[in-house]
Amino acid sequence: MNISLPRLSRRQFLIGAATSSGGFLLGIPAISLAGQDGDAVADNQLGFFVQIEPDGRVILGSNQPEIGQGVRTALPMLIAEELDIDWQQVQVRPMPLGIIKTTDGFTWKYGPQGVGGSTAVRTNWQSMREVGATARQMLIQAAARHWQVEEALCSTKPGQVHCLSLSRQLDYGKLAPLAAALPVPAQAPALKKPADYRIIGTGKKVIDARDIVTGQAKYGLDTKVEGMKYAVMARSPYLDGKLLKFDASQALKVPGVQKVVKIEGPNPGEPYTVLAEGVAVIADSTWAAMQGRKKLKLEWSKGPFAAESTESFKTHLHKLLESEGQIVRSDGNVPQSMAEAGHTLTARYFVPFVSHAPLEPQNCFAHVQGNRVDIIVPTQMPAGASRAAAAATGVDREHIHIRFPRIGGGFGRRLSVDYVFEACLISKQSCLPVQLVWSREDDIRHDFYRPSGLHELQAAWDDKGQVSAWRHRLASASKYYRRPNLPEDEYWKAELYPDDFPANLVANLQMEYHSAKSGMPRGSWRAPAHCVNAFVIQSFLHELAHKSEQDPLALQLALLGDYQDIPYANHGGPVYNPGRQAAVLKKVAEAIDYAKPRGKGIGVGLASHFTFGGYAAHAMEVAVSDSGELEIKRIVAAIDCGLAVNPAGVEAQVQGGTLDGLSTALNLQITVKDGQVVQSNFHDYPLMKIAQVPADFEVHIIPFGDEPAGVGEIPLPSAAPALTNAIFNACGVRIRDLPIRDQLRKALA
Amino acid sequence: MRSKAQNFRVNGQAVSFDQDPDTPLLWVLRDHLQLTGSKFGCGGGHCGACTVHVDGQMQRSCVLPVSAVAGTEISTIEGLAKGDRLHPVQQAWLELDVPQCGYCQAGQIMATVDLLKRLPDPTDQQIDEQLTNLCRCATYVRLRKAVHRAAELMAAEDKA
Repeated sequence: MNISLPRLSRRQFLIGAATSSGGFLLGIPAISLAGQDGDAVADNQLGFFVQIEPDGRVILGSNQPEIGQGVRTALPMLIAEELDIDWQQVQVRPMPLGIIKTTDGFTWKYGPQGVGGSTAVRTNWQSMREVGATARQMLIQAAARHWQVEEALCSTKPGQVHCLSLSRQLDYGKLAPLAAALPVPAQAPALKKPADYRIIGTGKKVIDARDIVTGQAKYGLDTKVEGMKYAVMARSPYLDGKLLKFDASQALKVPGVQKVVKIEGPNPGEPYTVLAEGVAVIADSTWAAMQGRKKLKLEWSKGPFAAESTESFKTHLHKLLESEGQIVRSDGNVPQSMAEAGHTLTARYFVPFVSHAPLEPQNCFAHVQGNRVDIIVPTQMPAGASRAAAAATGVDREHIHIRFPRIGGGFGRRLSVDYVFEACLISKQSCLPVQLVWSREDDIRHDFYRPSGLHELQAAWDDKGQVSAWRHRLASASKYYRRPNLPEDEYWKAELYPDDFPANLVANLQMEYHSAKSGMPRGSWRAPAHCVNAFVIQSFLHELAHKSEQDPLALQLALLGDYQDIPYANHGGPVYNPGRQAAVLKKVAEAIDYAKPRGKGIGVGLASHFTFGGYAAHAMEVAVSDSGELEIKRIVAAIDCGLAVNPAGVEAQVQGGTLDGLSTALNLQITVKDGQVVQSNFHDYPLMKIAQVPADFEVHIIPFGDEPAGVGEIPLPSAAPALTNAIFNACGVRIRDLPIRDQLRKALA
Repeated sequence: MRSKAQNFRVNGQAVSFDQDPDTPLLWVLRDHLQLTGSKFGCGGGHCGACTVHVDGQMQRSCVLPVSAVAGTEISTIEGLAKGDRLHPVQQAWLELDVPQCGYCQAGQIMATVDLLKRLPDPTDQQIDEQLTNLCRCATYVRLRKAVHRAAELMAAEDKA
């Protein structure tokens, strides 16, 4: 083939070529950036995301952090669908952070990058399909030019362009260099109709699983760079404690230890940069750095929270609920309807601080060299990492290069970039390329924990059992705090979502918040706020049903009612459809044969919840022995995440999210004593093991519409209340304090 | 300060390590041999992400000082497949699409290879009793099925 087309300067052309969804489509053409990036650019690359090899292999860029939620498989599926290729031909290439400096700040080079709030598939749904469709269009154009026919006479079959009138065909691999030389269309072509999908909606396995099972997959902690040193840190064991003095002389005598540097911590109450003040030991190996750390002599101030303990914090929460707090939603007249009601019920529920504990401990490679910074880090927020690196080093973000390999779990911990800040300070002060490694103890003791809180629920109902009033009062240490320009009367926004069920479904409804003081650092933990509020709401609804002698399923279905769009202003909106929630709830109830009588000590519990745009429900069957031994016998889960792009991935997330909810409810808590975190490793922070997981676990995916919602967080919130409702039905013990731990044995003794 | 060299073999290759003999095998593998398939998860022998085989027996390498493996043959996840041919346990993991984040899976696979050597056709209860590795993503439902599938594949291989 010998076609010479002018190598257009397409940079200018493409900078403005935004997709209809607002992202940069194929982006600025690869060639115009070759100099800027220093990346070698293949002749067969169509924009940033699509590269087609002569042998037909298609290498698709993956621009989002893969934390186990499956984006590295699901997003390329969207490209592949519209590109019209065989999935078997697809390989995935992780992309770095892409940001471009403009006159008014930075903009995305490869579209927004960052994962949290179960948004990755939903927000990239349009742009990734447009990437595929546009690349396909360019391949068609290239073929049409080659054959000198109208584009309209050409179409595609997987991996090939066909010309019907000439009865000829060309493989994408042959066309790719021609297509890569074409200007990218300014407008994305029309996308496929759902009925024509061949890849979307079919189960695809984790695309790089072979690398994982052979030990070849590289995580941040696996980074090896020529000349790299290893660092570990000793951080203040006291909440907001300060380093009074330290002596590193013995540490420096440990073979392999190179340097010791102090890392300044934030002042109490001020926004976090790093999480805690500390001292970093830099060595030739991780082990040497750990041995050096043991030899540090450190003297800490106990900080402003030296007297804090879990008991003192609980007392503080109860005290707060004695007075009226900030009313954040008020419908109808709750005080009056409570006073006039024939029947009322009040219950309090406590949820503890919990840790994220991703299995890959925090780590970050940083190399600060004059006006350039290189970072390799497991992060959910690469742009946040870039900002942290800039703040720590003073280097302009355009000279900060962020790569993020496959990540050993996120769960919200890696939304925070404290460890990037640390690594940059260590590299800058030591002038060395350094990998900062956190131990498990560092991770458990220095987390942005899921907030702990005390909830008080109150409801009123009439003689027919119809709920007339609902009140949710919460005292908690919010994750919204220590932020610039955030007044305390907005802290509730991370803790109560005012449009959550049963808002708009009960006429008189009130939500009230009390901001509690704690030295514990707080942050986002998988399905933030939902992960505890669903437990509280769904437990209380079950209590209410029991007290009012109604069937819990019938009561919840009556409250949910029919399909209707209710405005939902919180994340996951703009609408909430209680009919969709009712549908998943009905599904699990049917599947577990909810109405069937069970024997003594056996109970079935139900729960449902709407989280971040998706709906989930759980039914669980448990057995509780006379002595309080709990066995989870069967789990049925249902999810409505709209259109399930990768049902195999959805099923995995439902299984994992459910068990994460159960693991946490059963055993996990972070407690505080004398201003210090008590737990330190998996012996006292015991994650669920396989033995606690029932073999009988079925997942139902309930399709709805043509657009996907997220998945990673949706199946977690309703798991814990389904379990505790089942426990109540099995043995009459109501769990109002998490974790469950030995409460059943104690109650039934 | 140089210590007496510890000599052993890793995936068939001779290795000599002359630094701190208390160094856990995991860090020798990861930092010195750059075999990063065995993972650091807890450093206390709790999670099993660092599981390797020492003379054919499962060990948690994060709590195993290198001095204890002198003269032994170590197998890691990198040595499990024979060229392009995956071990049946790896094959089963792919068939059942087990990994989510994937970080613990090398350890899970090494623990399962060991389990199936001792119990070629384990019951669910035996799996539950003997597989104590942690998976933070909780891939346990598929993982248990994959253990059974691996047992089938290995039985078929033995017959062949």
